[in-house]
Amino acid sequence: MNITVTVNGTPRSADIEPRVLLADFLRRILGMTGTHIGCDTTSCGVCTVLLDGRPVKSCTVFAVQADGREITTVEGLKAAGVLSAVQRGFKEEHGLQCGFCTPAMMLVGTNLLEHNPDPTDDEIRWAISGNLCRCTGYMNIVKAIQWAGRTRLEEAAEAERAAAGTDEPAQAPEEVPA
Amino acid sequence: MTTTTNGAAAGEAPTLSTSHEIGGMGHSLRRKEDDRFIQGAGNYLDDVVLPGMLHMAILRSPIAHGRIVSINTEAAGAVPGVVAVVTGEMLAAYKLAWMPTLSGDTQAVLATDKVRFQGQEVAAVIAEDPYIAQDAVELIDVEYDQLQAVVTPQQALAEGAPLIRDEKEGQTDNSCYTWESGDAAATEAAFAAADKIVSLDTHYPRSHPSPLETCGIVADVSPATGHATLYMTSQAPHAHRTLFAIVAGLPEQNIRVISPDIGGGFGNKVPIYPGYVVATAASLLIGRPVKWVETRTENLISTGFARDYYMHGELALSNDGKMLGLRVKMLSDNGAFYADAQPTKFRAGLFHIVTGSYDLPAAYITTEGAYTNKAPGGVAYRCSFRVTEASYLIERLVQNAAYELGIDPVQLRMRNFIRPEQFPYHSATGFVYDSGEYARALQLALDTVGYDELRAEQAAARAEGRLMGIGMASFTEVVGAGNAKDFDIAGLKMFDSAELRVHPTGKAILKLGVKSQGQGHETTFAQIVANELGIPANDIVVQEGDTDNTPYGLGTYASRSTPVGGAATAVVARQLRDKARVIAAHLLEASEDDLEWEPGKFHVRGAPDRSVTIQDIAFAAYTNPPPGVQAGLEGVHYYDPPNMTYPFGSYLVVVDIDPETGQWKVRRMVAVDDCGNRINPMIVEGQIHGGLAEGYAMSSMQYITFDDDGNCIGSNYMDYLIPTAWETPRFELGETVTPSPHHPIGAKGIGESATVGSPAAYVNAVVDALAHLGVRNIDMPVTPARVWDAIHGAGTGGQ
Repeated sequence: MNITVTVNGTPRSADIEPRVLLADFLRRILGMTGTHIGCDTTSCGVCTVLLDGRPVKSCTVFAVQADGREITTVEGLKAAGVLSAVQRGFKEEHGLQCGFCTPAMMLVGTNLLEHNPDPTDDEIRWAISGNLCRCTGYMNIVKAIQWAGRTRLEEAAEAERAAAGTDEPAQAPEEVPA
Repeated sequence: MTTTTNGAAAGEAPTLSTSHEIGGMGHSLRRKEDDRFIQGAGNYLDDVVLPGMLHMAILRSPIAHGRIVSINTEAAGAVPGVVAVVTGEMLAAYKLAWMPTLSGDTQAVLATDKVRFQGQEVAAVIAEDPYIAQDAVELIDVEYDQLQAVVTPQQALAEGAPLIRDEKEGQTDNSCYTWESGDAAATEAAFAAADKIVSLDTHYPRSHPSPLETCGIVADVSPATGHATLYMTSQAPHAHRTLFAIVAGLPEQNIRVISPDIGGGFGNKVPIYPGYVVATAASLLIGRPVKWVETRTENLISTGFARDYYMHGELALSNDGKMLGLRVKMLSDNGAFYADAQPTKFRAGLFHIVTGSYDLPAAYITTEGAYTNKAPGGVAYRCSFRVTEASYLIERLVQNAAYELGIDPVQLRMRNFIRPEQFPYHSATGFVYDSGEYARALQLALDTVGYDELRAEQAAARAEGRLMGIGMASFTEVVGAGNAKDFDIAGLKMFDSAELRVHPTGKAILKLGVKSQGQGHETTFAQIVANELGIPANDIVVQEGDTDNTPYGLGTYASRSTPVGGAATAVVARQLRDKARVIAAHLLEASEDDLEWEPGKFHVRGAPDRSVTIQDIAFAAYTNPPPGVQAGLEGVHYYDPPNMTYPFGSYLVVVDIDPETGQWKVRRMVAVDDCGNRINPMIVEGQIHGGLAEGYAMSSMQYITFDDDGNCIGSNYMDYLIPTAWETPRFELGETVTPSPHHPIGAKGIGESATVGSPAAYVNAVVDALAHLGVRNIDMPVTPARVWDAIHGAGTGGQ
């Protein structure tokens, strides 16, 4: 079957067997190995990618189901040469050790912050509860996502100030930008 | 000393001898390896793709015990895209149907006579595509003559049990090994003199390290040169290369093992698995690279399990709470092949550290291992050779002894701790503990949690019918094997190595015999060099895992990287500093004896502005060496530790139990760890967090069990439960610092302390909540059902 999937903003076409899993499509056909495979049963979540902006476990999605849709993988988190706040947060707060669950954790964290810019500890734990980590005990993953949330808000405020042409520190915004 | 919640462990601030820019010991440098991982640019085994690469899938036995009548591979071989179907009979022609294990036993590579556990390797398909390989595996037709399965060690050792290892010469029963430690007579005398004897029977259930990346290999044997490049998920690449040379008969210089980024190991990636051997043989015969990556089910049902110890412990005490002696009888389930990864001399690993943190004058331990129709393994899962089981037993036993004597568990511990002035302490089972201040660590945990208030609350809660418990564990570990005199794996002495090259511009590369699986070696080992030479840690590249490009070492497990590889690194850096002094004297036209070192430079005593930096010295080493001195600034050191290191700590857990459901919830988990000097506190705390989570996993839900026919229950992540962020408790860390007196930088290992120490603390807390009901034991995993049974008087034993 011929499919076209937009991966990190770039349309990618391939002729594939209908049974090819999205995870294998990304890894073996497109050569994008940042997405990992850990359990084959949708349990561990290391294969998580964003499909039309929502986290899915790509080991239990057929590539053909992504035809005509948009995928974001870890390779797409860095924009214009700058690491995203979530990526920086994981390094800053030691949110990773072996790194195998990290791409998926960062994508889930990114998705969470888009809907909930300043999540509580419990909200983060609930959001990442579809993703296993064997190294960190999750403590620093939670802190990494919190760090990223704070940083995004600060950077948004900074950008707003810059746009307004003032260097004065602004008050904390009443409403956080979505 | 204090602890902080949800953040960095506070305690004694480390003395920093280097600036933040240099980033030596004690700096929480952000990890250098993270840059590639956060961009999806890690290079794990399954990311390795070679031109012309084939894919392998393995057919495994569906039954636990049976004779192979026939194997028909015709249909599988006829599938388009299949290149070869490999059976044990084919391997036997090359003497590869069996291989040695790390513990001196043999293990079937592909079964030829019998299958001995469910999931055993029977045949393999090599195909152009992994999906095709999997399709073809399903077409292999194997006829079995099913035999009675032996699924517990008690069954295995019973009279008349079916013989599992009938192929083994001289093997007439299912006994796998026996081993003892300590002094039987002295212990008997201690028990005879005791006022009180407290006993505990408990099973430390079978578990699996189950790193999120499964095991795998890409074997690339060149038909032109015979040179084999083996990309493997290996925690011990050098040792694996040597064993491959021995097993496969390949010349060692023609084998290069490359262990790329590893997605977690925890002991699972220490053994050599049949799949590695089959893929290598297939590549050799076919002349193309062959990749094999386990599925999760393969990982859980066939590769290195851990634990599975049935333990009977007895503690002899005086009425006033003095411990007089310890007697332990242990029975281990080793599965179908004795594939423990244990040092040769120690058949039950370091289980004889079971006297723990206590001044026990007498101890006697007998152990026996049994073959069963279950997967082989017995790896040290985030543990130094069976220390986890030992620590669990003594810490559970001590709590029960406190109940029987009517003494608070804290007081019983405090009364019997090995005291600081007793170090180096010679234990009754032959260990020489290097250093410890056990009471100080426990006191910090008590102060942090507010122990007296909690006991008062508990009394009030019981009056109201509420169930809350306070459990603790004051563990001592023994890590960093070994000294070469006592420790070897398959004959290879357990030293480790570091090679340091300082380049002309003052940057450096450090090559190690150990291999990180997420522990952050690229950062911490650079910090050790930074501390010794003053070269900024960010100017030092750390290389591991490639046998062609690193010095020989035994690898990373049993918390040995810092105790052994870290020591090698410090020593080699000091050797280069000695040479740097000679060059500095030449450059400054001064006597070597007149030079003083400060991090990053030598200056002339009394004239601080007459100095040369390490970077100047490095340049001179290649451009202007002193007459008669060899050019270059490089060295290699093989470190044989004089002793192991003995990290310790006290963990305190508070739980609340719902009496209606048996559900227990951790209210507080305070962990005070002492691993000597900390190289990178941030990384140390990360290691502790991970271990506390894995300890919680084993205590609460994570185990592998079998039905009566030997079918594995726990063969995927829907049955093998691993806690998510939602279930995992929050941890509060604390720290004391008691340096190791014999280690060059005073450090001890930390990667496993929390997995070793925490299970007893969690279980003790649950048992403590129910102690007034007479409950003395609940075996792990402490599921709500087991708690409910215990509340209702149907617990799982103990007294």
